[in-house]
Amino acid sequence: MSTQTLRRQLRPAQWARPGGLAPILAILVVLLVLITARQPDFLSPPSLMSFLGRSAPIILLAAGQYFVIVCGEFDLSVGALVTAQVVVAARLIDSDPTRTWPVVLVLLVGGALVGLVNGLVTTRLGVPSFVTTLGMFLVLVGAVYLWSDGAPKGGLTEEFRQYGRRAVEDVPLLGRIPYAVVILVLVATVAVLLTRADFGRILIAVGDNPRTARLSGVRVWRTRTAAFVLSGLAAAIAAILIGGYSGVSFQAGAGLEFGAITAVVLGGVALGGGRGSVVGAMLGATTLELLFALMNFYGISGALRPAVQGVIILVAVAVAARRSTSR
Amino acid sequence: MKRCLAALGAVTLLTLAGCATDQPVANPSGASSAPAGAGTGEQSAFFEQSAYDAELALLQATPTGPADRPWEQALDPAMVDTASFRKAGPHRICFSNAALNNPWRQVGFKTMQAEVAAQGDRIAEFVHVEAEGKDQKQIADINDLLGRDCDALIVSPNTTATLTPAVEAACRTGLPVIVFDRGVDTDCPVTFINPIGGYGFGHVGAEFVSQRMKPGGKLLALRILPGVDVLETRWSAAKVAFDKAGVDVVGVEFTDGDPAKTKKIVDDYLQRYGTIDGVWMDAGAVAVAAVEAFQDAGKPVPPINGEDQLDFLKVWKEAGLTAIAPTYPTYQWRTPIIAALRILDGAQVADPWKLPQPTVTQENLDRYLDPEMPPLHYAMCGCTDLPGYPQRWK
Repeated sequence: MSTQTLRRQLRPAQWARPGGLAPILAILVVLLVLITARQPDFLSPPSLMSFLGRSAPIILLAAGQYFVIVCGEFDLSVGALVTAQVVVAARLIDSDPTRTWPVVLVLLVGGALVGLVNGLVTTRLGVPSFVTTLGMFLVLVGAVYLWSDGAPKGGLTEEFRQYGRRAVEDVPLLGRIPYAVVILVLVATVAVLLTRADFGRILIAVGDNPRTARLSGVRVWRTRTAAFVLSGLAAAIAAILIGGYSGVSFQAGAGLEFGAITAVVLGGVALGGGRGSVVGAMLGATTLELLFALMNFYGISGALRPAVQGVIILVAVAVAARRSTSR
Repeated sequence: MKRCLAALGAVTLLTLAGCATDQPVANPSGASSAPAGAGTGEQSAFFEQSAYDAELALLQATPTGPADRPWEQALDPAMVDTASFRKAGPHRICFSNAALNNPWRQVGFKTMQAEVAAQGDRIAEFVHVEAEGKDQKQIADINDLLGRDCDALIVSPNTTATLTPAVEAACRTGLPVIVFDRGVDTDCPVTFINPIGGYGFGHVGAEFVSQRMKPGGKLLALRILPGVDVLETRWSAAKVAFDKAGVDVVGVEFTDGDPAKTKKIVDDYLQRYGTIDGVWMDAGAVAVAAVEAFQDAGKPVPPINGEDQLDFLKVWKEAGLTAIAPTYPTYQWRTPIIAALRILDGAQVADPWKLPQPTVTQENLDRYLDPEMPPLHYAMCGCTDLPGYPQRWK
């Protein structure tokens, strides 16, 4: 199958086909209606911008996770990677403003490298990706623990923290736009462009049927490795935003991998690969955060969040399983 | 095959999700319910009226001992005879440490090492083993130390009930055993050293915040996690204070010690209620995150309590907060070394050895705020006179 035929196959009925955007948009609208019923000024620009700003890291991670999941893999290491990056950043910067940009660079390269290792171990050594990335998760947790003697050292500068914490002030109509939202828009644009390019279609083909993809000339291992690298890069950017938002902590990335995977499946991307869009994944993350905001406004304990995420993953897998039998 | 994989993946994820939120707790069955929304809920299962009354009384007590060395002071001491443990030095002192997994324990352990250095002529060797927060490892560690020819054994137990038999076994060898920080369910150690405790901590913060916030205002209580005895006592004392003062507690939330989560929670409450008039915390680790949440939302920071970590003291001073910092002083890590040497001299020691638990207030803030020290340092380390200060703690 050439990429040309692939393209033709994927084009029709973008919205209606499984993995399309219709379901997630419907859920999003329902949640927005429920929230505005309870909290009418939620949709006012300052409140909405603040919501998007603090949701930006999980939306970025969902975009990164999309690339990995749609080509048939998992990345469980992103939460630990975020924690590691925040702790490493604090220790390397050590409250010295001149080190901000070099350290940002180190984080991006580090994120890409971790993704590369995940990808190569999965594709070249044939280790299933949730074992690879679970291993990476443990390696990162252990390495950070060892390197920092069990408690974070150093400190993040205001120059580093501004991207996750500050905003472009006095914007007409919107008031203030958090830098996190600006970064989110940029990364989202790049992600959408990537999926529109041949690379995105090849990814889906690899996830849908790796054998067919290989027979039609796709280098499956390269594609999958690239997906892991993108996920690592997304984690690095998320780490910069999270470190900025809340400062250095050993908890910085705890549980983010589940948030990202839940968001991706909520956005209509099939676990196991082959179906879904990056926009859906990012909308899934937004929806998940909206759901949590809604729970908050209705006074439901935040302790229920993991349970809600678990139910979403289970339902999504069940629905996907039914769909693949009827296909 | 793919469906199989996906299902297996989902199961793995769910198991992991369980792991990620699972925290070691001393006594999970005693976890209190903390309904979001209104009120302080039911009293914690850990609450003991008599212990609460005793701790509040100790807050008012005058300690005996040198005023400028609170780590040598004791509150209402009952002295015990240790003549039978007298031994010629220099000594080998062994220490089984529960963990070094948080900044409080890091600062404490450095302080203890410095105390050992200060007593260098009397201590031939200081043997330290760390259990990495695992009960089973600490039981094995204590057992190993019994074969290491120690002259005295110091134990900082990981959990109370599980470590009790190991401590009892150590006592039976005739070794002087000193327990500090968390306790064990046995009287066999020569002494048990700790500060006043959680009720005192929780009460001091809650009383301050409820007195300073505007009458009828809304209070948010932030807790690290449920089910841990030292934290449950803090919350239960605060609950008593809030109920007595008739404070409108709009939320009791768990932060897992995660600053990002803390900031989101505070942000959520600000969105839900418009303003929050007081914040109480059971530990200071995420106090700065809570303060930042108000600042970033452009709201005034209400009366709040933190702990004696430098990052909080700095924000307090810079932003001119209405704040207080009860402490669980890290200087208590000096006391076990001092106690061990006194016991090996055959001198009397207090048992239990209750250390004073000072509070950082607006009046004494400048005395404790050293801007040169790192953000996660604890001001109440009592370490400024020790060898290697300040470099050792940086």
